[in-house]
Amino acid sequence: MPITSPEKYWWKPADKQEKIWITLSLIWCLILFAMMPLWHIYGKQNPSAEPLKIRPADFMKVSNVFIEKYKVGEESGIAIVEPPAGVDVYLRGQMWNWVPILKLKKGVSYKFHISSTDLMHGFSLQPMNMNFQIVPGHDNILNFTPTEAGTFHIICNEFCGINHHTMVGKIIVM
Amino acid sequence: MTNAAEFRTCPITGKKVFKTTQNLMWINAVTAVVFILIGGIMALLVALTRWPAVHLLPADLFYRFLTAHGLNMLIFWIVFFEIAGLYFGSSVLLNVRLATPKLAWLAYLLMLVGAVMVDIMVFTGRADVMFTSYVPLMAHPLYYLGIILFAVGALIGCGIFFATWAIARAEKTYEGSVPLVTFGLTAAAIIAVFTLSAGAIIYIPTFLWSLGIIKNLDAAMYRLIFWGLGHSSQQINVTAMVSIWYLLGALTVGAKPVNEKICRTAFVLYILFINLASEHHLLTDPTLSSAHKIANTSYFMYLAVLASMIHALAIPMALEVAQRKNGYTKGLFEWFTKAPWGQPGFPALIFSLFIFGFIGGITGVAYGTEQLAIKSHNTWAMTGHFHGTVVGGTTLAFMGLTYYVIPLIFRRELIGKKLATIQPYIFGIGIVLMSLGMGAAGTLGSPRRHWDVTFAVSIIPFSFDPTVILFTTVAAIGAMLAVTGGAIYVLVSVLSVFFGRKMAANEAKII
Ligand code: HEM
Ligand SMILES: [Cu+2]
Ligand SMILES: [Cu+2]
Repeated sequence: MPITSPEKYWWKPADKQEKIWITLSLIWCLILFAMMPLWHIYGKQNPSAEPLKIRPADFMKVSNVFIEKYKVGEESGIAIVEPPAGVDVYLRGQMWNWVPILKLKKGVSYKFHISSTDLMHGFSLQPMNMNFQIVPGHDNILNFTPTEAGTFHIICNEFCGINHHTMVGKIIVM
Repeated sequence: MTNAAEFRTCPITGKKVFKTTQNLMWINAVTAVVFILIGGIMALLVALTRWPAVHLLPADLFYRFLTAHGLNMLIFWIVFFEIAGLYFGSSVLLNVRLATPKLAWLAYLLMLVGAVMVDIMVFTGRADVMFTSYVPLMAHPLYYLGIILFAVGALIGCGIFFATWAIARAEKTYEGSVPLVTFGLTAAAIIAVFTLSAGAIIYIPTFLWSLGIIKNLDAAMYRLIFWGLGHSSQQINVTAMVSIWYLLGALTVGAKPVNEKICRTAFVLYILFINLASEHHLLTDPTLSSAHKIANTSYFMYLAVLASMIHALAIPMALEVAQRKNGYTKGLFEWFTKAPWGQPGFPALIFSLFIFGFIGGITGVAYGTEQLAIKSHNTWAMTGHFHGTVVGGTTLAFMGLTYYVIPLIFRRELIGKKLATIQPYIFGIGIVLMSLGMGAAGTLGSPRRHWDVTFAVSIIPFSFDPTVILFTTVAAIGAMLAVTGGAIYVLVSVLSVFFGRKMAANEAKII
């Protein structure tokens, strides 16, 4: 019984079936284990993971400079920005917008810097459903190459206050 | 050394049940049920709000009640029940009086005061921060203080568990090794100690920060240490749940572990490898390097997964062996089809095992890889995952066990045995539907912790593919079933504990 003490010598060899199952499980675990680094190298689907700290006030400044320099219009009070190829892109999560709206070109690689100037936000790119945690004080650096033209949206999927559900951004790929 | 009047001998198991242990188990278990009631009412309101066809609550109440749901369920219901379980696993199973019952009452009071403080802060709108309270979102200082008191109380409870163990050893109230269930609970208690320590490391500075004494807390550092608490505490739940699976197997069909060595080794794997895997919560964060993420989430996590795989064989195997001994030997599956399906413990055990393994476990392993974390992080798929683990798995196992604790320990006959028997089915099927609905909607992008997935009031217009709404509706229907199952549980256990027929001292009736 599992509620009574076992017999005196309970350190017994495993049965054949048990051994088979444990071996199979272990092999499966090892395969998964090997897949992690392998897929990181060959799958090329990982975030770039370049940890970098940036103070919220500084991020505010650099992203404002970026917006002013490449601004091409405005929609619902939010700047529309079209950065040329090769320029670092700054995207700011703030209660409750993603600024600016970005106009990008298909096939061009962009280095994104995403951070927050207040609370945490959840960068959630739709409809491809790719999600990143956006943390104030830290720069989430991601390399994006749009492969499809169209309009994409960024919703917020980290609770960021009472209007969290209204926080929607936009990326237009031409 | 013990006075015969202080305990009675269980007519079924022959265990000594001490009056002090019984009282302490009673108060902790009853309090747990009160909190699942609060959490369940919140679940109903939150689920009805996320159902687009109903959309019940205004946004502020939705976020407030969601915060309350997470705390009352994940922390208060689960931990109060686990403390009752620890007292059972030490004092009852080892035939010994509980160490320092006065301190155990103090632990209980600390937990209760902490939980009530937290609930007051949440319900009065001074802590709309979700149960994760991610910095720099700030709650009222009393919120953090409440959590700290609760954690200190729980830590004392673990200490009493170890002390009772030590007394039993010194007084030789058991022979040889401790029973497997006690061994499993010991693993849970060990994990609890380092988990609660992570809790102290993070909540104390956060408390000081909310008072203005500390000026800056790094948001990423908070997340790292918070999940040292938040994830490993899930491992306490898993370990406690697996111990209860063995217990339910024994109570329902008389199952006994086939190979003690294997089962015990698997528990040790949990202790050694799970805490590290908690960084899988940070796979999409900007703070950890890839090498770090890979080492942490593959090597260490898979050894804990191996442990679960071992239990996944050991438990059904024990059930089959026991059932074959009971005479059900025809064909491959007579042992399963002729199992006591009309007794609440068995369906609770089987649903718990399957939901935990196939819904919670598989999604957990999948989402714990770096690439799939990107596809699922903070989506509703995550909510689906942990309603498979901690609700369909842990909570359902706890519910099933309650129907045995009431007659065996509290000596009251169950009121509503029929209801108790269908309860695991209703709750189990509800959670399956809800988790799958959440998983499907989340895979299509639907966010968690979100008041309005139709985005009716967003500044920049956006809407999901309509299948998201379809799956959200499936989840909502599952939620209604699960709430019904939860309500039956509360009803049966409260009625039985307070009004059930008092059983005679020698009455040897399990259910
Ligand atoms: C009666 C059955 C239950 C139903 C119908 C239910 C339903 C829900 C719903 C609809 C959400 C909200 C998801 C969102 O908007 O993101 C949720 C969140 C949650 N539930 Fe449950 N739940 C139930 C039981 C439980 C139990 C027993 C536990 C824990 C033991 C639990 C733990 C949680 C947690 C931790 C969250 C996340 C809160 C957050 O994101 O901050 N639930 N639940
Ligand atoms: Cu946000
Ligand atoms: Cu948000």
